Amino acid sequence: MEIEDMEQYLEEQYDIMDVCLLAGKIMLESGAETYRVEDTMMRIAKNYGIKESHSYVTPTGIMFSIETEEPTKTKLIRISDRTTDLNKVVLVNSTSRRIANGELDVPQAYRILKRIDKDDETYSLGTRIAAAAIASGCFLMMFQGSWADFIPAMIIGGLGFATVVYIHDLVLIKFFSEFMAALVVGLLAAGAVLTGLGQELDKIIIGSVMPLVPGLLITNAVRDLIAGHFISGLSKGAEAFLTAFAIGSGIAVVVTLL
Amino acid sequence: MDILINIVTSFIAAAGFGIIFNAPKEALWKCGLVGMLGWMAYFVLTFQGIGEVPATIAAAFMIAVISQAFSRVYKAPIIIYIVSGIIPLVPGGTAYNAMRSFVTNDYNMALSFAAKAFMVSGSIAMGIVLSEVISQIMKQSRLKRIG
Repeated sequence: MEIEDMEQYLEEQYDIMDVCLLAGKIMLESGAETYRVEDTMMRIAKNYGIKESHSYVTPTGIMFSIETEEPTKTKLIRISDRTTDLNKVVLVNSTSRRIANGELDVPQAYRILKRIDKDDETYSLGTRIAAAAIASGCFLMMFQGSWADFIPAMIIGGLGFATVVYIHDLVLIKFFSEFMAALVVGLLAAGAVLTGLGQELDKIIIGSVMPLVPGLLITNAVRDLIAGHFISGLSKGAEAFLTAFAIGSGIAVVVTLL
Repeated sequence: MDILINIVTSFIAAAGFGIIFNAPKEALWKCGLVGMLGWMAYFVLTFQGIGEVPATIAAAFMIAVISQAFSRVYKAPIIIYIVSGIIPLVPGGTAYNAMRSFVTNDYNMALSFAAKAFMVSGSIAMGIVLSEVISQIMKQSRLKRIG
């Protein structure tokens, strides 16, 4: 092989690797299950002609190696911020499908993934807070609350969710923002009941706290454990437990004050 | 009337969670539908006097099966549908009661609430596992990829 061809060849390998890692990074940051991240990365590599690839994915980092004729190449990337953005998971998934159909070459795929990575969220913050508010009200009714508490639960649920979002922007400690949100929910609910605006304290709190509950983490932890990804499953379980604990202690502070 | 309220509110709540989790716009009504059907399964079963744990297993199973069908038909990751469906089943109320009993020093009640919350979380897992097992058996030739 000529030296130039060789360089070209090496360059290409790196590109495939970057595409795989970028896809994995976006998915992991957006809340996809671990085995789906691994599966997607290995599929992309396979579709670009890499016979052997290995990936090791945990919630905080991805290790990926591809075996070529050259010595095996391995890269590690760190994942520090995890949010939930199902839209990105869907977009990467469909990109991976297009790669499998042979529609995209490596540079095209890389550009598309870059765009997805930078893509802003589909819904504005206001919409999401409104959705959290409405969901809180609906949860109150599902848990046999009375219509009198519907509006208070809506307002408190929306404010609780807004607290999480805003404090998380200021302080990067998830536990703290969840604790503060639960505290806000508890105080407002207690205030509403004391001033006679609301009736059942328990029902209002349960309804308004639902947008904070780590439902995605619990589901993901279980699905990871089933698929045999014990480290990811356990650490997501621990994250879910911490969130639940933060919410619980925020509410507990208010209950002890009463 | 009670049932009607539950149908409407569970649909809206599940779709609302779709928005919070930034699900694609065209998937929102499917999220709502999955959440509604799951909650109705749970609601009707507990209304019939069936315990919370079996009712949760049945509802979670149903949610997972419908989500799998949706993900197959619409070629999207199963997680979009399953998450919004599962949320109403998460034992938030029981966990809250447990926490509340703990801080008011009523440890007996607290432990029984906590045990119940734990059992219900386990049932959600159980329901999902059951549906996953069935789907794996159905496509044993392609065991590698789940959902």
